[in-house]
Amino acid sequence: MVKSFGCWPLTEDCETNGEDMKTFLDEVNEKIHGVPIQRCYHCRKCTAGCPLASVMEYNPNKIIKMIQLGMKEKVLGSSTIWLCASCETCITRCPNEVDIARMMDALREMAIVSGVGAREKNVLHFHEAFLANIRSNGRINETMMTVNYKLKSGDLFSDAAMGISMFMKGKLALISPKTKDIQSVRGIFDKTKNA
Amino acid sequence: MKVQYYPGCSLHGTAKEYDQSVKAVSRALGIELKEVEDWSCCGATSAHATNFKLSVALPARNLAAAEKSDLKDVMVPCAACFNRFKSAQHHLAGDAALKTEVEKILGRKVEGTVSVRNPIDIFCKDIGLDTLEGKVTRKLTGLKPVSYYGCLLLRPPEVCQFDDYENPVLLDKLLGAMGADVRPWSYKTDCCGGSLTISRTDIVIKMVDKLVAMAREAGANCVVTACPVCMANLDMRASENVRLPVFYFTELVALAMGLQGPASWFKLHNVDPTPLVSGLGLL
Ligand code: SF4
Ligand code: SF4
Repeated sequence: MVKSFGCWPLTEDCETNGEDMKTFLDEVNEKIHGVPIQRCYHCRKCTAGCPLASVMEYNPNKIIKMIQLGMKEKVLGSSTIWLCASCETCITRCPNEVDIARMMDALREMAIVSGVGAREKNVLHFHEAFLANIRSNGRINETMMTVNYKLKSGDLFSDAAMGISMFMKGKLALISPKTKDIQSVRGIFDKTKNA
Repeated sequence: MKVQYYPGCSLHGTAKEYDQSVKAVSRALGIELKEVEDWSCCGATSAHATNFKLSVALPARNLAAAEKSDLKDVMVPCAACFNRFKSAQHHLAGDAALKTEVEKILGRKVEGTVSVRNPIDIFCKDIGLDTLEGKVTRKLTGLKPVSYYGCLLLRPPEVCQFDDYENPVLLDKLLGAMGADVRPWSYKTDCCGGSLTISRTDIVIKMVDKLVAMAREAGANCVVTACPVCMANLDMRASENVRLPVFYFTELVALAMGLQGPASWFKLHNVDPTPLVSGLGLL
C-alpha cells in the first residue's frame, strides 16, 4: 500500500484547503482590493514623504517588508498603523501605485477585528467616541464627542481652558441639530458592523 | 447660479465662521445655496480608519439625498467632507459589488450623478477671477498670506481632481485677485496631523510649529486655509513664539468685498487676527 505524504497528491478533500494556506500578504491584498503590495520595489519614496515616519515604530516601507515576511502580530500590534494620519502622500507619490494609505486602514481594521486592539489606545478611543456620536445623533456634536473621548481615555484635563474659551465663544454647544431620520444612520452602522 | 450645500458637522460647530463666511460670499456672488436634505456626518477619518464599508456608506447616504434634487453641483466647504464624498464616489464607481452592497444597506440607489465641489473651485471656475476681482472694494494690501491647502483637497489626485497636487495654485490666484501679496512657499500640501490633534497632541504641535515657522520664513504674516481641521490645528496648536493668525479663505474674500461679518468672525479665532487686519487699515 502506498503511503500518502501529507497532502500529496492534491485532491478536493485535501485537509489543507485554500483558507489555511492564506498568508498575511494575501489577507492584506484581499482587503485593499487594488494593486498588490508585492509590486513595491522598495524605493522608499513613500517613507521619504511620510510626515509621521519619524515618530512611527516601523516606517511605511518597513511595514510592507514585514507584511511580505508574514510578521502579522508585530504589524498589527505596532504603533505605526495608528499614527498614520491618512494624509495620502505615500499613495500619491508611489511609482507603483501601492496604496499604503488604504493598507494602513486595512491593517487598523484587521487589528480591531482580530482582537489585537490598538497600540495607540487613545487614537482608537477617539475614533470610537467619534463614531458613537454619529450613531446617536447622525451628526457630530463636538462637545459631547469630546466628553465621551475624555471619559474613555481618562485624559480629563488637557485642553480644558481651550474648551471653555470655545464654549464662551459659542463654538461648542451642548445641543446641536441632529439628523431627523436617525434610524437610517443607525441602520448603516448595524449593517456594516465588522467586529 | 444655484447649488446644493453640505455644511457638515464642523461648520455647525467649531468652524461656524467658515459656514457664515461661505454663505456671505456666496450670496454676494449670486450663488444660491440649498442645504442637502436631512444630511448626516460623512464619517471623517474615524470611519475610514476603522471600517471601510462604513466609510463609503456614510457619505453615500448624503450623496443619495443630494441626487434627489435637480441641482447637480454640491458645494462642500469642509476639505475633510469633500475628501470623503469624492472617495465614496470613486469606490462606488470602480467596484460594482460594493455599489450593490451599499445600495442594499441604504435602501436607495447611488448613481454618482452629482458633482462634489469645493467653494474655491466654484468661485474660481464658475464665477471667475475677473468677476471676483471686480467685486473688490477694499484691496487686501499689506496682507501677506501663504496658501495652505493641506492634504484632503488634493490627495489622492485621481480621486480629488482639484488642482495640481504638488503645487496647487487656485487659492493663491484667488487671494491675489483680492489684492493680497501671496507668498510662495514649499509647504502648501504638507500634513497638519489631522485628528491626531486630540489623541497625540504632542506630535501635532511639532508638525504645526514647523509649518508656521516655514510660513514666517517665507515672509508671511498670516496663513489661509479651506479646511476646518487645518484651521483648528494651526490656530490652536502652534506654540506661542511662532504662531500667526489663520484665516478661512472666505473670511478674506468677504473682507475684500466689504461684506458684513469679518469683525465678528475674527473674534471666534484663537489667535486674534484683529490687530493685524486693523493695523493694515482693512477693518
Ligand atoms: S513608494 Fe511605493 S514602491 Fe517605493 S517603497 Fe513605497 S510602496 Fe514601495
Ligand atoms: S497616509 Fe499615513 S503612511 Fe502614508 S504618508 Fe500619510 S501618514 Fe504616512
